[in-house]
Amino acid sequence: MMAEEIKGWDRNGMAARAAQELRDGTYVNLGIGIPTLVSNYIPKGVNVTLQSENGMLGMGPFPFEGEEDPDLINAGKQTITELPQTAYFDSAQSFAMIRGGKIAMAILGAMEVAENGDLANWMIPGKLVKGMGGAMDLVAGVGRVVVVMDHTSKHGESKVLKACTLPLTGKGVVDRIISNLGVLDVGQKGLHIVELAPGVTEEELRAATEATIVG
Amino acid sequence: MMNKVYPSAAAALEGLLHDGMLIASGGFGLCGIPELLIAAIREAGTKNLTVASNNAGVDGFGLGQLLETRQVKKMISSYVGENAEFMRQYLSGELELEFNPQGTLAERMRAGGAGIPGFYTATGVGTVIADGKEHHDFDGRTYILERGLVADLAIVKAWKADPSGNLVFRKTARNFNVPAATCGKTCVVEVEEVVPLGSLDPDKIHLPGIYVHRIIAGQHEKRIENRTVRKRENA
Repeated sequence: MMAEEIKGWDRNGMAARAAQELRDGTYVNLGIGIPTLVSNYIPKGVNVTLQSENGMLGMGPFPFEGEEDPDLINAGKQTITELPQTAYFDSAQSFAMIRGGKIAMAILGAMEVAENGDLANWMIPGKLVKGMGGAMDLVAGVGRVVVVMDHTSKHGESKVLKACTLPLTGKGVVDRIISNLGVLDVGQKGLHIVELAPGVTEEELRAATEATIVG
Repeated sequence: MMNKVYPSAAAALEGLLHDGMLIASGGFGLCGIPELLIAAIREAGTKNLTVASNNAGVDGFGLGQLLETRQVKKMISSYVGENAEFMRQYLSGELELEFNPQGTLAERMRAGGAGIPGFYTATGVGTVIADGKEHHDFDGRTYILERGLVADLAIVKAWKADPSGNLVFRKTARNFNVPAATCGKTCVVEVEEVVPLGSLDPDKIHLPGIYVHRIIAGQHEKRIENRTVRKRENA
């Protein structure tokens, strides 16, 4: 079995772990990439309403082939469907509910996270500059920010740092990190280990983390 | 009763375009973009435009058409990742770019249309977005001052209009079209259908006609940017 050779969580494993963060009866925004996969793992009995910041509450699954509607997309510009509880609204209304603190949680991707909760996920200077989209609004406005990310770069360098090197998306905004190696919380003086991914030792997690781990 | 319906996009833009103007455009990605009015502005050849729009279209469609013809001097956007020509012009210094967080851009338009010259937001505090902006603490939290945005012209796409300019949008194609419409000194709207006065339920108008000055109806391509589907499960 391949699975025995892989340490920690893969993309779907991280998404499944992140889905455990969802609380019944809440409104949640899922970012682009791995966070989008979280909707495949919503636990039974947990009823969450997904917000898409282009103007929709109650985001449904992808449409069946031939039923795509160009007027119905998510924030990743993917064709999607509506649900019985769906509501549509304009972009100003959409960000009013984000800024107004009505969204309980956002699950977002990250390029770097720092031990004080700083998040960088929108720009690499000198490389392709795409833009922050709604990420700065989300981290400033929602109740809880969970990031899902690879713990290290392709070259093995830690992406969980003492201080971010990339331009920030938000300062001191991250509450919890879910990486391929485990789960860490941002505390007052550094990071706290909450959980290790399957097959990962505490030593391995610490070795892959540049940030201060206080407990 | 006023009739705001014009026979063509060119006729609806007559007398409204001038070099160096600021245009606010509705749409998110390619969803709900005013594709007929963008094509007419390309035909008109208006230059040195500043365009406030969440995205910049794709190569060859939407606002990408105005980038190809070098009619755009500056974009005010939150995300421009899908456009190779945009990247080329930006990295070579031919095109200016002002990044606004998406909610800040939407609120700048809404505020501008509502006569609000500025507002405080926590979005962007501690980032490059806050550089040079006034900071103010309220109840122990820091906010930055962002300006309301008023455009010379708003170009917008709706689903249906009546001749008085009352608008109805469809699904997520509403997006930036509402705030963009309100922030224009003049607002031109393209719709899929102009319906008779009295046929829209007054309780279900998404944007009242006071914000709308000129209307055209036409065929829309409505291109899909990222087609995603699921398989039908066998019973």
